[in-house]
Amino acid sequence: MDYGVAGTALASGILFGYVLEQAGFGSPCKLTAQFRLTDWSVFKVMFTAIIVASLGILLLQTGNYFGSKGFFVPTTFLWATVSGAALIGAGFAIGGYCPGTSVVGFMSGRIDGLVFMVGMVLGIFGFASVYDSALIQSILHSAQFTAKTLPQYLGVSPWLIWAVMVLVAIGGFALGRVLERRTHGVITAEDIVDETDPTISFDGEGSAVHGNLGSRAA
Amino acid sequence: MSDGSSVRPLWPPLVAGLVLGLVLILTFVLVGNGVGASGTFASIAAWLGMQIAPAATQSNGYLGGMVAHGANPFASWIVVEVVGVAIGALLAAASAGRFKLKVDTGAGKIGVAPRLALALLGGVLAGFGSRLAAGCTSGVGLSGTAMLGIGGFIFLVVFFLVGLGMSALLRRVW
Repeated sequence: MDYGVAGTALASGILFGYVLEQAGFGSPCKLTAQFRLTDWSVFKVMFTAIIVASLGILLLQTGNYFGSKGFFVPTTFLWATVSGAALIGAGFAIGGYCPGTSVVGFMSGRIDGLVFMVGMVLGIFGFASVYDSALIQSILHSAQFTAKTLPQYLGVSPWLIWAVMVLVAIGGFALGRVLERRTHGVITAEDIVDETDPTISFDGEGSAVHGNLGSRAA
Repeated sequence: MSDGSSVRPLWPPLVAGLVLGLVLILTFVLVGNGVGASGTFASIAAWLGMQIAPAATQSNGYLGGMVAHGANPFASWIVVEVVGVAIGALLAAASAGRFKLKVDTGAGKIGVAPRLALALLGGVLAGFGSRLAAGCTSGVGLSGTAMLGIGGFIFLVVFFLVGLGMSALLRRVW
């Protein structure tokens, strides 16, 4: 690896980490609030980024920027992706992070982020120890897609897929807005530093009083 | 810092998403691939394996390739990139008054020791899963979907569905 490649890797990483922290994604509470449906920031940031980036890539492809060699889209094996995504989704809900955000969490002072990173290394040792088993090998190498991209697979224009993603994003933003208001709104910078989550109500301690304050039940 | 007066607000999601999208485009233009994270932890596992049990690591079907012929597992694009992620996150947290050394227990419903146990367990699952999917939320979910890759869409749908289900099961825990 030459200095130019290392330089672009470092620069890209610095920008990536900077944006993730500014979005509040060092906080496991804010991250997992997406799965409690009380703070939709993860959906909003990811979908906005995907729509912007895919638009840029489609425009560059239209202008033949990448040339005849194009760029590398990895081959997909159905069960490898499904089982991996399921474990990462479960690990996210249990541990509060995904691999990238655990680095952001740790670098903003969270010890639990470091512990998550240690867990990942242990998990990879576990994977390595069963790598040669028939089960893992069949998961990794069966049900291969011949198409690389979703528009290739469906036989439609990439712009149609892009337009559908925009519609899904608009729907998600609208739904998120409704559900965020139903609780107490998104988790703020103060909340993630002081570890308060206005959206969590402790079971058994009742919830916010809605409606007529004069009439108390029981 | 605890009075919150020096803590600067987070970027609105739309702004963060827009900037993140531009960073992704820049990365695709400069290097021809997107961002990632989990590959770095495979490199750390390979390096650690060489320190503890070099023979077993070299002969391992998965880790062996990363250390073949005396290769340095840290000499890869993704390792340098994740070092960058760490620097960028530190710069952002420090400049916005959001750096605070602690064990993050969310709203405090969970104790410190069980929180760390869950973080470790979550990490183990994510580490194992990232090797099956050949990437994580950043590499497959974000960068893969930005290229309209089939794997990216499958990843995001399964990731969100399992996350929702597991989160509902853990509602009373943290």
